[in-house]
Amino acid sequence: MPPALHLSPGQSSVHPASHASQEISHLWWMMMIAGWIGFALVVFLLTLGWWRRNRANLPFGGGDRAATAWIVGLGVGVPIVLLSALFVWADVFVINSTAAPREGSTRLTVDVIGHDWWWEARYPASGVVTANEIHIPVGTRVAAVVTTGDVIHSFWVPELNRKIDMIPGRRSEILLDAEHAGVFRGQCAEFCGLQHAHMSFLVYADPPDRFRAWLKAQQRPSAAPASALARRGKDVFLSASCADCHTIRGTSADGEVGPDLTHLASRSTLAANTIPNTPSELSDWIRDPQHVKPGNRMPALGLSPDALKAVVAYLDSLR
Amino acid sequence: MAVDVELSPPAIARIRRLERIWEEPRGVLGWLTTTDHKRIGLLYFFTTLAFFGAGGIEAMLIRTQLAVPNAKVLDPNAYDELFTLHGVTMIFFFIIPMTVGAFGNYLVPLMLGARDMAFPRLNAFSYWLFLGSGVLLYGGFAASSQAPACGWFCYAPLNTAGYSPGHGVDFYALGLIFNGISSTVAAINFIVTIFKLRAPGMSLNRLPLFNYAMLAVSFSLLFALPPLTIDLVFLELQRKLGFHFFDVAHGGDPLLWQHLFWLFGHPEVYIIVLPAFGIATSIIPTFAKRRMLAFPLVALAELLVAFIGFGVWAHHMFATGLATTTLVFFAAASMMVVVPSTIQIFAWLFTVVTGRPEFRAPLLFIGGFIVFFVIGGITGIMFAAIPFDQQTTDTYFVVAHFHFIIFGAAVFPLFGGMYYWFPKVTGRMYHERWAQASFWVTFVGTALTFFPMHIVGLLGMPRRVYTYPSGVGWDSYNLSETVGAYILTGGLLMIFANLAWSRFRGPVAGADPFHGGTLEWTTTSPPPPYNFPVIPEVTSPYPNWDPPDRERDRRRLERGQLVLDAGHETTASTVRDGLLDEILEMPSESWWPLVTAACITAIFAFLLTSHFAIAGIFALTAALAVVGWHWREPEEPEPA
Repeated sequence: MPPALHLSPGQSSVHPASHASQEISHLWWMMMIAGWIGFALVVFLLTLGWWRRNRANLPFGGGDRAATAWIVGLGVGVPIVLLSALFVWADVFVINSTAAPREGSTRLTVDVIGHDWWWEARYPASGVVTANEIHIPVGTRVAAVVTTGDVIHSFWVPELNRKIDMIPGRRSEILLDAEHAGVFRGQCAEFCGLQHAHMSFLVYADPPDRFRAWLKAQQRPSAAPASALARRGKDVFLSASCADCHTIRGTSADGEVGPDLTHLASRSTLAANTIPNTPSELSDWIRDPQHVKPGNRMPALGLSPDALKAVVAYLDSLR
Repeated sequence: MAVDVELSPPAIARIRRLERIWEEPRGVLGWLTTTDHKRIGLLYFFTTLAFFGAGGIEAMLIRTQLAVPNAKVLDPNAYDELFTLHGVTMIFFFIIPMTVGAFGNYLVPLMLGARDMAFPRLNAFSYWLFLGSGVLLYGGFAASSQAPACGWFCYAPLNTAGYSPGHGVDFYALGLIFNGISSTVAAINFIVTIFKLRAPGMSLNRLPLFNYAMLAVSFSLLFALPPLTIDLVFLELQRKLGFHFFDVAHGGDPLLWQHLFWLFGHPEVYIIVLPAFGIATSIIPTFAKRRMLAFPLVALAELLVAFIGFGVWAHHMFATGLATTTLVFFAAASMMVVVPSTIQIFAWLFTVVTGRPEFRAPLLFIGGFIVFFVIGGITGIMFAAIPFDQQTTDTYFVVAHFHFIIFGAAVFPLFGGMYYWFPKVTGRMYHERWAQASFWVTFVGTALTFFPMHIVGLLGMPRRVYTYPSGVGWDSYNLSETVGAYILTGGLLMIFANLAWSRFRGPVAGADPFHGGTLEWTTTSPPPPYNFPVIPEVTSPYPNWDPPDRERDRRRLERGQLVLDAGHETTASTVRDGLLDEILEMPSESWWPLVTAACITAIFAFLLTSHFAIAGIFALTAALAVVGWHWREPEEPEPA
């Protein structure tokens, strides 16, 4: 069975689950407090102007020269001090402590490739390929190496780290280092066309042994179908055009357009975290992929109800 | 000079002569051939107002779709087209032409004491080109039902033919190239006008701050538009002729698009807000009943903002994976640009505090502007903290930030300015109580629409999504934003209803209802076609607060000095000291600007549909029209 769909995996930048995200959220809260103080000063001066609208002088004494001194002090002096402090904190310290690890310097590397409109995740050390969910071990520095298969996307899991764009011709890295186990929502953050809104994914941070078990299961080729219905489903899958776009390791299906389906049934969602991965949703999705996610690259194949049922049974057996 | 002053018969005869010299044909014909900066300003005003309506309807459709999760009001393609059109329309077809074209055109020569812009026909040409570019974008949309759907910065490679087939992106690219020609022409005109057409005595340190802002904007436009034009030409070469500027497979680079775009795009932000600063520095002294404090600092700050604005573009690209050294340089530059802005904010505030402010509608809108500009400015500073930018860029936090800047800081002063100069332009007074009510509705609507966007952005909602799931915690904020947007629309309708009603029913305002300081308040409302019966001589930045000088102007009218009633004339002065330099012969109304602009519109329309031969014919016609434009005209007979 797929793991239960996490009720509300978070996507909040102020609900950090990693050191990097924590540092950025500290930065935010401090800037917010300083911002409110600055804002209060401006509102105070406006109110003062209204309150003393019949008196043409400063309440704290002095004429135009004194007022000009206030303008220079508050408009030049104070900002230079505050901005210098912010610069040192954010752009010297935090930028380094949240920096991406050099490729190969971490225990685990995940290659993430953005596609219109889904995510491909590859584990180069173990040969595992999956889609729209990334599993990482808790308390381990993981380098995500991001690239794109088409237009610009942006890889972003706010509770784990800042975002990094996926740009044609470039490889970029970002650190994923979850401090506690959990499921974290990620979403494409650069407009990439029609289904930009439905290009989300989940990051599972699991205890190391559980992660290793997952990785081992994913390394295996697909299971042979056990029931007659699933066997028929496999035949349909291979003979209809499904196999032109999708790979199922251990079969002749080796298409590279859509997600790898070798262990589809182990995933919790379909269509880049758009719908839950249940047999009925899967069946609806294959029957009419353009209904939930209009414009996506998967065509409706017009399978007969029997064939559809068989394919769903087969895919649902791919744990 | 107000006409209610008793004048001697010779002075009245001079004014009659000026009226005959500067008179333009009546009716539609007059509007089509006009070179009067005030009429061109009004043409800009009503055209951009129509685009504001279109952009507003687009925004309301967007907000309606986003009111609740998984809504089906719009399909994804329509949504993408709408947010693209909304951005392009509001920036290129509303704010810039409204501030530069409408406010700038109407007010700059009046504040300078000039009788027109330096190049009146070029000015008309600029308007007709602007209209043509808008017709191209929206006409193309209406004719083909295709609109760009790539966002206003339309990144490569999404903007290339493979990912954006059809004509939508071509309308965008050619429309903006075309629009850029219009803005460039206008910018040159403003620079020359402000440097050369100032009234005698208006040395640079007496130039009204609104004109400093317009000068800064004009220089910014002049230098910022070429990178955009180049970018768009590259794009069209790639789309139409198979070039590879942004194509990695053939050695191109998609980041080239972003660098060129933002090299334009960030100065653009200051192009948008600087006129608003200029309006604020016009309204505040009038209602605080005192001169602007720190006048030279504020003038310098306006120029500095425009200058530093050219060195910050890569802060739009902090998440692209540029080298850290690059990021840090641009973060530092972005912090530097804060200082000229804080100088201005405190100069405005202390001018209010040390004055005797009268909180009428224009000043209320400036108060709202300061509040919103400070909010948008504070969040703007936050983006110079690189890691925080990388966390929140491309989320609703950014959408909140730039709407506080663009709507709160750039458009609020426009409403204040509309009320402030309404009596000058129409000769009638707006309804004060309704105007104040309209401010509060607009203020609350704006805050309710845009403030929750900060929160929903921090909670992870990316921008440009046509829908969102429930259960991520975004629902209630989105609903309040939509409610706010409807309240805001109500506030805007109140503003325009007030102005429309007052245009016909408002009480007569007189020349100077607010006792403003600058020269536009010294002439009648509405000003005559020749602006001033005598070219004023100036000894301070607030000439209307110098009664002895204005009395001297009146005596010069009696004596016939600098009345310039021998022909279509105005004065030119030296660039720095504003000493009287020469008398300029100004051109009068003409068909050529309209004809030339129409030919150029046709060129672009046929380029768009790939009818290159017909486009060539129109290019030839346009060239002939330019020849006609420059043909020496028969001497006008001396008016009797």
